[in-house]
Amino acid sequence: MSVDKTSANLDKSAPHGGGAAENPEAAVPSAAAVDPRLLVRQEGIFGYWDEFKRKMKAGELGSLPVVVGLAAICVIFQMLNSNFLSAQNISDITVTMVGTGMISVGIVFVLLLGEIDLSVGSVSGAASALAAVLAVNQGWPEWAAVLVAVAAGLAIGAAHGFFFAVLGAPAFAVTLAGLLFWLGFMLKVLGANGTINLDSDGLIGQLTTYFFADVAAAYGLAVVVVALFFVSSFLGNRRREAAGVPSRPLSDTVLRTALLAVVSFAAAYMYNQYKGLPLATVIFLAFLVGTDFLLRRTSYGRKIFALGGSVEASRRAGINVTAVRISVFGIAGGFAAIGGLFLASKIASANQSAGTGDLLMNAIAAAVIGGTSLFGGRGRTWNALLGVLVIVSIQYGLQLESIAEPVKYMITAAVLLTTVVIDSVTRKTQKTAGRA
Amino acid sequence: MVHVSATPVLALRGVSKRFGAVQALTDVELEVHAGEVVALVGDNGAGKSTLVKTIAGVHPIDEGAIEWGGKPVSISRPHDAQALGIATVYQDLALCDNIDVVGNLFLGRELKRFGVLDEVEMERRARELLTTLSIRIPSVRIPIASLSGGQRQTVAIARSMLGDPKLVILDEPTAALGVEQTAQVLDLVERLRERGHAVILISHNMADVKAVADKVAVLRLGRNNGVFEVKTTSQEDIISAITGATDNAVTRRAARTNGEVSK
Ligand SMILES: Nc1ncnc2c1ncn2[C@@H]1O[C@H](COP(=O)(O)OP(=O)(O)O)[C@@H](O)[C@H]1O
Ligand SMILES: [Mg+2]
Repeated sequence: MSVDKTSANLDKSAPHGGGAAENPEAAVPSAAAVDPRLLVRQEGIFGYWDEFKRKMKAGELGSLPVVVGLAAICVIFQMLNSNFLSAQNISDITVTMVGTGMISVGIVFVLLLGEIDLSVGSVSGAASALAAVLAVNQGWPEWAAVLVAVAAGLAIGAAHGFFFAVLGAPAFAVTLAGLLFWLGFMLKVLGANGTINLDSDGLIGQLTTYFFADVAAAYGLAVVVVALFFVSSFLGNRRREAAGVPSRPLSDTVLRTALLAVVSFAAAYMYNQYKGLPLATVIFLAFLVGTDFLLRRTSYGRKIFALGGSVEASRRAGINVTAVRISVFGIAGGFAAIGGLFLASKIASANQSAGTGDLLMNAIAAAVIGGTSLFGGRGRTWNALLGVLVIVSIQYGLQLESIAEPVKYMITAAVLLTTVVIDSVTRKTQKTAGRA
Repeated sequence: MVHVSATPVLALRGVSKRFGAVQALTDVELEVHAGEVVALVGDNGAGKSTLVKTIAGVHPIDEGAIEWGGKPVSISRPHDAQALGIATVYQDLALCDNIDVVGNLFLGRELKRFGVLDEVEMERRARELLTTLSIRIPSVRIPIASLSGGQRQTVAIARSMLGDPKLVILDEPTAALGVEQTAQVLDLVERLRERGHAVILISHNMADVKAVADKVAVLRLGRNNGVFEVKTTSQEDIISAITGATDNAVTRRAARTNGEVSK
């Protein structure tokens, strides 16, 4: 741990007419800096083990259960059918998951507020129907249809947010009404035919069918990702050291980079065994990186977490609660629309069953399974990726085994229930740990 | 010892506040100097919280004057109070359980660098602040949820110190705390005084008041019922001023015109 130079330079936090410099307590940094109770991870493997034990006790499990679960799923299905971990199957899984995954990213935002959005399934269907009508029936260029569909999703979500944030209606009820209304809207827009076929070579069609076949694409992306991660971690740590706040040892950064490199290059290798790097997955990853940045590195994201923790505290801190709430529901609507376009792309059409069935439940389940708390204030958009990977992997695994829909539903339900129980127990543990 | 300035940082002159039919404050006088802890005591419904809220700009005063550093000022919004250098820590702490200590300290006034949260600088300042206040917390990067009640209270007080206020108002900071944790908070109050802040401390606990306050201002039924030097006044005298046993003309009139309504 680095010794901070606290008393040396007191700027804004110095008192008026104040005697911090004369304050004997502050003048002895060694006494303050070496507090045996400070939780600073030791270097090396024991440090990780200690931190792991502390987190277990404090109930800060995060994504650990789902990572373990995902590994178990891979092992089990691979034993049942050796095609499960084939390049083709994994590529299919990671393309199929994007539609539901995008919707789930929006759900993560809403769950962070401690709210729920039941309309995202219908909104995704409505957006894809709108895009199809504009592009196919009205002859608009597809990019324009896509933009309008996403903008419509944002507006629809913001409208739900308005009823919730300004008029004070429960989000549950507002979005339940939204579920019905936008389902009706979609059916009306699709008209008598009920199905609009999309040009499979068009922009929407290509969303899930385009692959960067060049071997260099997947490897290049892996190199860029790993390099960016290392450089940003390294520079971040340098800044922390310079500022005298605890920083990660270099070995830690190297270890994390190595782990990321193994995963990235394994994925790149695997994609190159089949059709190459899927466009859908790249877009999904880009959105995940972007939203994670938004949530954890900007003051807007901080406001969302604050609202999930305590609305009253947020209000007193000067946060515009209404604006944040409306915008978050807008984001959920926007991601529902984007997800809807990917789902439409997968079947190359907009039809009456879009956005119905188990889509809504899967999107919510993915967020929760990935480790986002239903109680608000805890979660990351990466949770959506982990959760949707679990759900879609189970679907594909069972399909390989020719196990029918009913069992698929029941297994997904069991996974969801397990996760919710873990979430609730975690919360309880955290509360007791807090009292200790 | 503590140097107390001649001009009070804050002075209330004949402040009155009415809520509909309830005359919550009548002709209240109060003076607080830099480097001085003034305890504000009184029964439930005496008007302590209301008085604090008038100073904090939550409820503008109806009558009277507020002087800041000897000059009359008008405080009509919380923002006005903050701009003057008044920080208030309310009874129910305004902290987010899920956010870490640094995040809570800077909530609503995050430091940014190229438009992005500057976590490093916030953490550095947070550690600096906590160290100067000798606040011991396991880590500035653990969520508030995993802190004890006393630690939370000290974080809430530290948070109010970030804006470098001249006057800090603490509404019952020890009400929900155990012995050990109360001591932590009282230590912190003493440190605020040492550093030259003026402090108004609302408390129900005479032991706390005796321990840290320089002066005790007693409110009874919305009126002043005496200001005492803590060192030279017995606990019994203060308590009888609170309960009204030391009846005087002022409190008798108050009792007639203003039935006791407790929240
Ligand atoms: N916002 C309000 N509206 C109406 N009456 C109020 C309000 N706030 C306080 N009061 C009344 O003012 C009086 C003083 O209350 P308060 O300042 O909360 O007392 P204390 O904090 O000393 O217990 C009580 O009679 C209370 O009912
Ligand atoms: Mg009160």
